[in-house]
Amino acid sequence: MLAALSIEALGARFRDGSATPSAAARDYLARIEALDPKVRAFMTVTPDVALAQAAEADARFKAGAPRGSLDGVPIALKDVLCTRGIRTACGSKILESFVPPYDATVVRRLQEAGTVLLGKLNMDEFAMGSSTENSAFFTTRNPWDLGRVPGGSSGGSAAAVAADLAAATFGTDTGGSIRQPAAFCGNVGLKPTYGRVSRYGLVAFASSLDQIGPFTKTVADAALVLRVIAGADPMDSTAAAVPVPDYRAALAGGVAGLHIGIPREYFIDGMDPEVERAVRAAVDVLRGLGAKTEEVSLPHTEYGLAAYYLIGPAEASSNLARYDGVKYGLRLPGARDVIEMESRTRAAGFGREVKRRIMLGTYALSAGYYDEYYGQALRVRTLVARDFQTAFQTVDAIVAPTTPGVAFKIGEKEDPLQMYLNDVFTIPTSLAGLPGVSLPAGFTLAGLPIGLQVIGKAYDEATVLRVAHAYERATDWHTRKPALS
Amino acid sequence: MSGPYETVIGLEVHAQLRTRTKMFCGCSTAFGAAPNTQTCPVCQGNPGSLPVINKRAIEFGIRTALALGCTVNLQNRFARKHYFYPDMPKNYQISQYEEPLAEHGTLEVAAGGAPRVIGIQRLHLEEDVGKLVHEGEFATARASHVDYNRAGVPLMEIVSKPDLRSPEEAGAYLRALRAIVVYLGVCDGNMEEGSLRCDANVSLRIAGSDVLGTKVEIKNLNSFRHVQHALEYEVKRQAQALDVGERLTQETRLWDPERGRTVATRSKEFAHDYRYFPEPDLPPLDLAATEVERLRGDLPELPAAKRVRFVQVYGLSPHEAELLGQGRGLADYFEAAARESGKPKAVANWVLNELLRELPGDDDAAVAACPITPSRLAGLLALIDDGTISGKIAKDVFEKMLRSGEDARAIVGREGLTQVADVDALAGVVDQVLAQHVKVVEDWRNGKKAALGFLVGQVMKATQGKANPAMVNQLLGEKLPKTSKLT
Repeated sequence: MLAALSIEALGARFRDGSATPSAAARDYLARIEALDPKVRAFMTVTPDVALAQAAEADARFKAGAPRGSLDGVPIALKDVLCTRGIRTACGSKILESFVPPYDATVVRRLQEAGTVLLGKLNMDEFAMGSSTENSAFFTTRNPWDLGRVPGGSSGGSAAAVAADLAAATFGTDTGGSIRQPAAFCGNVGLKPTYGRVSRYGLVAFASSLDQIGPFTKTVADAALVLRVIAGADPMDSTAAAVPVPDYRAALAGGVAGLHIGIPREYFIDGMDPEVERAVRAAVDVLRGLGAKTEEVSLPHTEYGLAAYYLIGPAEASSNLARYDGVKYGLRLPGARDVIEMESRTRAAGFGREVKRRIMLGTYALSAGYYDEYYGQALRVRTLVARDFQTAFQTVDAIVAPTTPGVAFKIGEKEDPLQMYLNDVFTIPTSLAGLPGVSLPAGFTLAGLPIGLQVIGKAYDEATVLRVAHAYERATDWHTRKPALS
Repeated sequence: MSGPYETVIGLEVHAQLRTRTKMFCGCSTAFGAAPNTQTCPVCQGNPGSLPVINKRAIEFGIRTALALGCTVNLQNRFARKHYFYPDMPKNYQISQYEEPLAEHGTLEVAAGGAPRVIGIQRLHLEEDVGKLVHEGEFATARASHVDYNRAGVPLMEIVSKPDLRSPEEAGAYLRALRAIVVYLGVCDGNMEEGSLRCDANVSLRIAGSDVLGTKVEIKNLNSFRHVQHALEYEVKRQAQALDVGERLTQETRLWDPERGRTVATRSKEFAHDYRYFPEPDLPPLDLAATEVERLRGDLPELPAAKRVRFVQVYGLSPHEAELLGQGRGLADYFEAAARESGKPKAVANWVLNELLRELPGDDDAAVAACPITPSRLAGLLALIDDGTISGKIAKDVFEKMLRSGEDARAIVGREGLTQVADVDALAGVVDQVLAQHVKVVEDWRNGKKAALGFLVGQVMKATQGKANPAMVNQLLGEKLPKTSKLT
């Protein structure tokens, strides 16, 4: 079955002629048809696009001129990445009918690399949430336990890779939206450094935090994919002109001699003991591979969550102001004037969590409160970033749990604050703009995946991936597949 | 409170920058295209789109800032200004707030009396909004449409300090500011088309007090005339209110040019908390001091300096210098013609009396398109100078040059306008005139000096104006009898 293969293995089959991109696309489309009714990862499936792109890739391989490591590889995209001519709904009623007139830079780069688009993936509305329960359309299921959430907001992207419904998928991470679902679904989820990947065409939630990254079956695949999507973009002034290394080649180094920090503040009361045990065991594995591990302190960790829930909503309240029924998306009819039209459209088009954050953010930015809330949050952000800078003076990478717990049951967390706590270990990295990856580090007795997070210095994804790869090679968690069919 | 009051006015001027492309995307800024044909995902505020700063707009802003003597903030940044309005695609405007491009400038303004220095508080850049088009009247429109062609066009906002003391001075400030942006080539200065817009803050206080009174903002001032009239009206309105002890409310009023008064807006419409915060999609600007100095070195001569030079170098009056310097195009025109003809005074007279009758002197395009080029004007003056044509004939030739686009010599030659300067031919005409007007000659003899003028006129008439006036005078002097009385 081609759908079980990593990108590297699939690419080898394409090159030796034992499989074709079309065969892989058909295999994946068949699985989507059979299994997605259970998993519900896909918002939109695009078989026509996929088969057409696959046929072109077939021809390139036949001609002996494939485009590179991703040519012919079936992928899928979080429904927050703009795809020209293909609906991009962002999990929201307000964009239910929105068909972008342009491709996101990442989408364009993936097309140019020859990938085959299977479809668009479910998500929490405007990427606000940790379970996909905030999708205006449906909740995606965790392939390891269909009664549980896949995490979020990129829940569809994580579930699709876990269920072998795509070779790789793409999500966005603002406060943990790639790493947390990757942990819940047992695959590799990479959030690159803020500025590493162009955000052009990523429907903004919080502009100073949002970053696009891949979900893959292996760390090596993440390395291949990052190389393709990373780099400066004339359309995004925040995408940095930092050279993009050959991440795949950089994996080879191993961890012998690397200094790895274990943050004291990431092992807290109330966290799942099975998660703590698995992460501590992972640290032992790394030590066994020759890494020098030491405890580090990130003292402002506990304030990260509060700062994040001011900065994120503040930027969101601004970014989401454009959805007013005037230009695109939903417009409620029957209003007497434009103000009524806009407020009725927004009232009907946004879900509860989005409205909550718009109100929070509007308040945090309002005259008289700005300094006390938004301003204070920015100061905390600086302190959190400084924590990491200090730690990285002595260590090359930091290893920690991705989340305090494992995938929870659908409907279990009704209190938004309980939900927000899911991101307590991923948010500080986001605030500091640093790269982080989550990869499988074990399973609970109940069979649910546990995620290990590796955090690195700014633009040092190479080291992050190298540590993750060394751990992955020493373990076999990533080879396990959920029993679905 | 009762008078006398001191008027306190501050102006906020928005100038559309003449960049080829918009502030944050590559769309054209050309005026007058079909609705929504000059738009893209960025200036339409599409989900996922991001702004990218137009470097040329920054350069234009810096040039203006330097011309106004501002301090350019090498570190400055954009911020988002929020309010909901359908002409604004993102429902926020990318502007500058706490860290503007430039601050602390001055502009010298003369409104009748001695020149005064007006403070410039700040200069910043932002993006323009789109345009609403209503089917029918605004209040009862069946439908309203939005044209985003203008959305994202670069705007430069220049805020004066509340240093202006009269509507005339406000008008003079606006004209001086307009002259500078037009001279720099950063704005076309067209108020009617909205390339230059002005809002005014006006308040009154007891003369001599240093406490500011309640401020009223006036919008919809889209011509120089409107600015002055609206301020005159508003000053009177506030004075009358204060005289009878009314408290003024801080509010925004719209100028209604048809009724000639300002009208209070529903204050709710303008009572905004803009919730400014730094634009996260754009890194802070970090300008190089060397680049700013390069731009300073490249500044053209500005209107004030040019006026002084015109007086000193060409011996013009300050008034003439001001009129000739009202536009860079006109000033260049004058200098080119003066250089070629070597007679700056005469050129100035012709430009001020004849050329400016035909075209607006502040319209560089009109000056550039004028069929009478500086060189042709110099050519016309040369014909007067060498006696080929008279000053009077020259005015007709000027008219013809305007219409036909020919040079003076061609017209004079074709139409036989050369002065009659043949002594024998003229002598015959003079004899004839003297013979026909014996009575007038008699008057002359009796000391009536005006008789000479009449006789000159008759000779000119007989030659259809082509006689050389100097020669006619000389011939008459020779042929007329000596006067008996010297008066």
